[in-house]
Amino acid sequence: MEETLTLSGDGLRKVFNRRTVFENVSFTAGSGSVLLITGRNGSGKSTLVKIISRVLSPTAGSVRFGPGGRETDDPWQTRIGLVSPYLQMFEEFTARENLSIAMRVRGLPFDGARADGLLERVALFPRRNDPVRTYSSGMKQRMKYAFALLHAPHLLILDEPMSNLDEEGVGIVRRIMEEQRSNGILVVATNDLTDIGHFDTQVDLNERH
Amino acid sequence: MSATEMTPARFLRSVIAIFLKDWRSELRTRYAISALLMFVVTTIAIILFSLGSEGASADALAGMLWVVIFFGAMSGLSRTFVMEEERGTTLTLQLIAPASAVFFGKLLFNLVLVLGLNIVTVLLYAGFITGFVIRNVPVFLVTILLGSFGFAAAATVIAAIIARANTRGTLYPVLSFPIMLPLLLTVINATRLASEGAFFQEAAGEFQILISYIVVVVVISYMLFEYIWKD
Repeated sequence: MEETLTLSGDGLRKVFNRRTVFENVSFTAGSGSVLLITGRNGSGKSTLVKIISRVLSPTAGSVRFGPGGRETDDPWQTRIGLVSPYLQMFEEFTARENLSIAMRVRGLPFDGARADGLLERVALFPRRNDPVRTYSSGMKQRMKYAFALLHAPHLLILDEPMSNLDEEGVGIVRRIMEEQRSNGILVVATNDLTDIGHFDTQVDLNERH
Repeated sequence: MSATEMTPARFLRSVIAIFLKDWRSELRTRYAISALLMFVVTTIAIILFSLGSEGASADALAGMLWVVIFFGAMSGLSRTFVMEEERGTTLTLQLIAPASAVFFGKLLFNLVLVLGLNIVTVLLYAGFITGFVIRNVPVFLVTILLGSFGFAAAATVIAAIIARANTRGTLYPVLSFPIMLPLLLTVINATRLASEGAFFQEAAGEFQILISYIVVVVVISYMLFEYIWKD
C-alpha cells in the first residue's frame, strides 16, 4: 500500500544573533491537510516558512517531507512551491520567460501549454510577454502563484497569501488553496483566518518563545 | 528512479539554465559588460599616457597587463551574485536550484565573461602599448586560458561571500587580492616567458601551478558553497 506524504517538523529552534526567534516547534501534516502558522509580527512566521521551504537552516531540530514522513532522493526544489512577499521574480524577464526559467533551472522540461494555462488562470495571459517589472504589485503576487504551481508541487507554502490582491485575485487564490488541499499539503502563514477558512493543524508561534 | 530525481543530466540542464538566465539578463541590462569595457579602455589609456614615448621592460609590461585584467575583473565579476542579492532573487534561486548547480552556472557565466574581457584587453593592449610583443603565442594563449579559468573560479566564490555584506564594493578587491595572489604571480611570470619566446617546456611549471590552483579553488568552493549560499 502506498504511504501518504507527510510533512513533519521536530523540535525546531531558530536563533539570530543570540536572539531566540522560536523554540520547541513541532508539527505533522499529512496529505490532504492544511497547516496554519500564526503569530504576532516578529514572532518568526516567515522564518518558519523559510525553514520549511529549506532555504534557511534551523539552529536545532529538523523538517522532513516524504512518504510516511521520510525523506526521498527527489530534490526538494521539485516538490515545494512557495508564495511570499519576499519572493521576487526575475523582473527583466517576461512572465512566460520566468516560468520557463523556473522549470529549466529545476532541470525539468518546460511545458508551454501548462504555463499558458496557469497564466490564464491567474489572469495574466494577456500580459504574458511583458517584463515583470512593468506589473503592478497585485499582478506580481498573481505571478508568484503561477511560478509556485507550474511544477505541480506536493507541498504548497503560502506566506500572507492575499497580500496586494484585489477581489478577483482573492477568489483565484481561494480556488488554488481548495485544489491544493485535495491534491497535497497546504501550509499557510497568516494572522487573518478569513484567508484560510478550514485548517487541520495550527502552530501558534506566540507560545514558542 | 522517480520522475524528479536529480540525475547528472538533469543537474547539467540546471547548470546551463542558470548560465543562460544570467547571460540573457546581462545582454538586456549590459551591467557587467559595460563596467568591464569602460574599465579596460580607461586603464589602458592611462597606461598609454603614463608611458608616453618611453619603453618598459617585458616584466613590467606583463605585470601591467594583468593589473588591467585583475581590476577589470574586480569591477564586473561580482555582479553575478550581487545583482541577485540587490533584486531580492537570491531566495528565488535558492528555492528552485540546488546550491551546486548555482555555483557551476555562475562559474560558467563568469568564465565566459572573463574570457571575453581577456580577449578584448589583450587585443587593445597589444594594439596600443608598443613594446608588448609575444614571441611564443601558444604559451601566451594557454596562460590566458588557464588564467581566465583561475580568475573566474576564485571570483565566483568570493562574489558569493561578499554579496551579503554591506560594504561589498570595497570588500571584493580586498578579499580577492590575497586569494588571487598566487594566480597573479604565476600568470605574470608565464606572460613574461611568452614575451621572451620561452619554449613550452620552460613554462610547463607555471601551467602546473595554474592547473593545481584551479582544481583546489573549484573543489573547495564546491564543498563550501552550500554553507555560503544558504545561510
